[in-house]
Amino acid sequence: MLLSAALFIIGVIGVMVRRNIIIIFMSIELILNAVNINLVAFSAQLGNQIGQVFAIFVIAVAAAEAAVGLGIILALYRNKETVNIDEMNLMRS
Amino acid sequence: MAQAIAFYVIAACILGFGVLVISTKDTVHSVLFLVLDFLFVAALYVLLGAPFLAAIQVLVYAGGIVVLYLFVVMLVNLKRPPEAHSDPHRRTKLGFGLAAAVLVELGAIAAQGYAHPAAAIAAPATAAIPVSGNTEQVGWLLYTSYLIPFEIASMLLLVAMIGAIVLAKREL
Repeated sequence: MLLSAALFIIGVIGVMVRRNIIIIFMSIELILNAVNINLVAFSAQLGNQIGQVFAIFVIAVAAAEAAVGLGIILALYRNKETVNIDEMNLMRS
Repeated sequence: MAQAIAFYVIAACILGFGVLVISTKDTVHSVLFLVLDFLFVAALYVLLGAPFLAAIQVLVYAGGIVVLYLFVVMLVNLKRPPEAHSDPHRRTKLGFGLAAAVLVELGAIAAQGYAHPAAAIAAPATAAIPVSGNTEQVGWLLYTSYLIPFEIASMLLLVAMIGAIVLAKREL
């Protein structure tokens, strides 16, 4: 569980500190993997496979979210020619 | 004993590669460290007694999603690393501070869990699964008790696929 918490923290740091949006998405995948590790650890301790079933769903959701997110990045890149999220501000002047 | 050593080695590798993922300048190196991270997480799943989930992780995560990321990195070809100049509006210290706050919260939850161990976990009562072997047990649970989330997940994947195709089309 400590491992899962540490990996979660690393993912959170990555999401907040980096500016390349692809690396931000990869940090989100790290966070999801940390959650999965936690689920499987609980499943191993409690002796039933419910945690693993939930982890399968988390993997499926992560795959769907990665696909849609990367599609958004591609569409955004075609309009703005950058992956630096500090330059992607349409709301500020 | 060997299991403990294996766990610590795998855990150290996972955390090490995780740190390398978020701290490398080059995006392609970052993706490659992510692949290694996923493979070590799959090894951890085998150690924790979930070989089916380890195979799924290697197939879906390390095989599919990372290939997706590599394609996007290739299409978004970066001439210069986007971290070249630092933005005065960006508060990196605030990011580290928020991460430290999350760490403190997780530590508080963990400490409280250790203080009251009896009331912590109650295993949910599941009916006896009549098959043995990890894959069969996961499949049994997936198709009987958790059928509705399974169907919803398949709908979600379908919607995500359609959405991704629509988003990435050149003209609509």
